Amino acid sequence: MDVLFEYRGLLWEGTVVTIQLAIVSVILSVLLGLLGAVGKLSENPVAQSFAGAYTTLIRGVPDLVLMLLLFYGGQQLVNDFGDATGLWGYVEINQFMAGSLTIGFIFGAYMTETFRGAILAIPRGQIEAGIACGMSPSMLFRRITWPQMVRYALPSFRNNWLVLIKSTALVSIIGLQDVVYMAFTAGRSVRQLFTFMFAVLIIYLLLTALSELGLRRLEIKYSAGVRQSEGA
Amino acid sequence: MAEETRSIMDPIRAFSEGASPLDFMAVLDNFDRFLMGAWVTLELTFLALLLGGMLSIPLAIARAYRHPVLNGPIWCYTYFFRGTPLLVQTYLIYYGLAQFDFIRESMLWKPILSQAWWCALIAFTLNTAAYTTEFLRGAIEATPHGEVEAAKAAGMSYWTRIRRVILPNSFRRALPAYSNEVIFMLHGSVVASTITLQDILGVGRWLNGRYYLAYEGFVAAMILYMILVFGISRIFKWWEHKWLAHLRPRVESKGEPAAVVQ
Repeated sequence: MDVLFEYRGLLWEGTVVTIQLAIVSVILSVLLGLLGAVGKLSENPVAQSFAGAYTTLIRGVPDLVLMLLLFYGGQQLVNDFGDATGLWGYVEINQFMAGSLTIGFIFGAYMTETFRGAILAIPRGQIEAGIACGMSPSMLFRRITWPQMVRYALPSFRNNWLVLIKSTALVSIIGLQDVVYMAFTAGRSVRQLFTFMFAVLIIYLLLTALSELGLRRLEIKYSAGVRQSEGA
Repeated sequence: MAEETRSIMDPIRAFSEGASPLDFMAVLDNFDRFLMGAWVTLELTFLALLLGGMLSIPLAIARAYRHPVLNGPIWCYTYFFRGTPLLVQTYLIYYGLAQFDFIRESMLWKPILSQAWWCALIAFTLNTAAYTTEFLRGAIEATPHGEVEAAKAAGMSYWTRIRRVILPNSFRRALPAYSNEVIFMLHGSVVASTITLQDILGVGRWLNGRYYLAYEGFVAAMILYMILVFGISRIFKWWEHKWLAHLRPRVESKGEPAAVVQ
């Protein structure tokens, strides 16, 4: 226990990196998820098959394989392409980029399914009513689709977020100094890996518990209208 | 120049090492290793699912019927294992246990707890058992009350009811969720490669290190994993077709669904 207190600064630094990584990845995954959902629901066959191939690929390949491929292979690919076309010079993909890009890319596929389901859950009549009122597509999205989609998507989003936080542990394998990496280094140097790994498990439990609290508030906010209509 | 003695493989090999973006011959030359890796992956995944599945049945029953003593501890166990990364759980067992002298001096140390394979199996089993317990519990709780009443009316004892009525139907209800768990376990088994095991990804990493390549090993691993996942999905589709036959509509309409007025 004393040893953990001694290394608290290191553990805290790692935890901050883990949180940053999770937040960057989740933003990326939401953007990709929205794009994917629009692709899956569009009538354009090319967009449909792209979105379909994307979700199938992610379901088939483990996250760590994609991450290693992007970190080791992606760098070479980007630079070979830059050399061949002369479009850009040397690009370095660092661990944070590789980690957040991969995790964002993977969870984008899960978010695609989340948002697709949520958009389908909106009663068609409301969108028709919006069109009848003369709303433009962007206004339709802002005023009708988005607020309700968030409500329908939140339970599944919550689930994806909890899995995403746990997935961030994998970035320690490509050398990003997240909480697992820091604890592993510290634990090995003092020969108390059990203590340190157990501390990491507790940190992850705290992170998930905290985010559950935050998401609960969001759920209350976005389901405000539902309660009123139920009570009436 | 003895053209005749040259193998037909030579131009292919030259193409693979030169012009081709992927050195596929490096993968093909080591294909037996990839097959061995696939075996390690499948063996670990299958054994973990089997042991974890067996462990989860009594735990799920105890949770579903709110066993006064066991419900709390089992909830803690599933919460802990479902809320934390499999990677760290595996590290905890493989690297962590060596911290305790009494474990290193115990009889289990040399044959089991110091071996990466066994540590991976233990971690994967505990992990999948936690997830399986929770959704099996949900499936047991969803048992229609009429089924239980009918079983009671037929004079079945508590354990006969569980064995003949509640468990078989709960397994059916849990089957679609279980196919996801199997695929997640297969995905999760890549963690084995981080504790020195030569599973599919382990072989891929070895290949890249050995030949100083950037993608080939990972691309080969990716393809192998995809084949396994789609094979597993197929098997589960077939099982769902077979065991959930009573839930299928009797007449499958071939017509288009009613058109939505745009």
